[in-house]
Amino acid sequence: MKKTRLNAVHRQMGARMIEFAGWEMPVEYRGLIDEHLAVRTRAGLFDVSHMGEIFIEGPEALACVQYLTPNDVARLSPGMVQYTALTTPEGTFVDDMLVYCLSLPDRYLLVVNAANTDKDYAWVKEKSAKFNVQVTNRSDDYSQLALQGPLAEKILQPLTDINLGQMKSFNFAFGKVVGVDCLVSRTGYTGEDGFEIYTLSSNPEIIWKAIIDKGTPLGLLPVGLGARDTLRLEAKLMLYGNDITDKTTVLEADLKWIIKFQKGDFLGKAVLEKQLQEGLKKKLVGFEMVDKGIARPHYPVFINQEKVSEVCSGTFAPFLKKAIGLVYLPIDHTEIGSEFEVGIRDKKLKARVVATPFYKREKSK
Amino acid sequence: MYPENLFYTKDHEWIKVEGEEAVIGITDFAQKQLGDIIYVDLPAVGKSLEAHQAVSSVESVKSVSDVYCPVSGEVTAVNSELAQNPDLLNKDPYGQGWIVRIKIKDKSELNKLMKASDYEKYVEGLEH
Repeated sequence: MKKTRLNAVHRQMGARMIEFAGWEMPVEYRGLIDEHLAVRTRAGLFDVSHMGEIFIEGPEALACVQYLTPNDVARLSPGMVQYTALTTPEGTFVDDMLVYCLSLPDRYLLVVNAANTDKDYAWVKEKSAKFNVQVTNRSDDYSQLALQGPLAEKILQPLTDINLGQMKSFNFAFGKVVGVDCLVSRTGYTGEDGFEIYTLSSNPEIIWKAIIDKGTPLGLLPVGLGARDTLRLEAKLMLYGNDITDKTTVLEADLKWIIKFQKGDFLGKAVLEKQLQEGLKKKLVGFEMVDKGIARPHYPVFINQEKVSEVCSGTFAPFLKKAIGLVYLPIDHTEIGSEFEVGIRDKKLKARVVATPFYKREKSK
Repeated sequence: MYPENLFYTKDHEWIKVEGEEAVIGITDFAQKQLGDIIYVDLPAVGKSLEAHQAVSSVESVKSVSDVYCPVSGEVTAVNSELAQNPDLLNKDPYGQGWIVRIKIKDKSELNKLMKASDYEKYVEGLEH
């Protein structure tokens, strides 16, 4: 099992550790609900060093990333980040990811899911063969910390020479955090304002401890993977393997906004165009439970007593205080307000399609 | 670490014998594994249960698990406080977080359960 460079710190802080995607990671420290609410109302610090970092570099890097992804990378200038996907020729997901434009047009960083890093690296290597680029998997060299929550800027600014007030959402800059070289982006996986901090330092503990020291008096908590999952689901951010897979297309996942058909050719374009013309048969929707019960992944979903689907993600949402989830439903049943049933243990309990995201912060940046 | 006056099961229930009756709950190890508990499903008073039959289910943010009756018996009381304050299971698993009280059918079934020292060894084995 792989360990992040912060493993010892997590143990010192009393984290309960689990295996996730081949990594030993903290799942919770003080308690999932407290950690979740800290991020919504104050701040939380996550070790997400398990995430993958793949570099695409060379004269044709821009053309290569354009071909691999549905979003329009040409819209990025250096210092900008974009949410996009690696798509198959069938328009389904190899993974979802962030693309960082380091240098135009020749250096890009893909930040991918830990569980998919090796698969993604092999995929990118293979599909980029016809471009003049070099692909490097540097996942093990980078540590990544995420500082999330409304107080994130207030906590991080005294520790860095980067002017965070100037940094807009989905932008990044290079600089120092407590003297350590870092890339800092205004991004995250929680639905809150916040930053993701990448470093090649062999001792990211310095950064972790400085943020804990600065943030604790303001109510910051260290946060594990448990609350990371409930936070991202409230904000309807996708989890690969649950909500998006190599069997679901980008359109079915209701992510049409990351497809820019006019940008030129990319993997899966023809299939997605055809699907758009012909119309979808199913679509991912958000739901909440009407009856008392919590829908969880793989629970069966029924319409008129017939099993039509399975729950993708489902949990109790600690901030909203209700049971929510995501599910693919037949397209004629995806309207907001449509009702269906979830098989929860030996009962069929009522659920209703609702508008998403379930939780949306009031934006200031 | 685990109270000496209780018996324990491999499924992480505890049982405290009080005369002909017994109080049942889940162990500190169990509540830590489950995390923040948000819902406890309680049986009806008067329900008859065989040993190892599900007497309750406990739902946390992340998962749901059954609570099994360590010995056969009949439910004589349930902890209705848990409906409003399910987190009592996290805060005080051996006290205010008790789940049900039963009238024991056959006390010899208690012999099959673990004592505190055995349960502690059992849990250590799971953690490594």
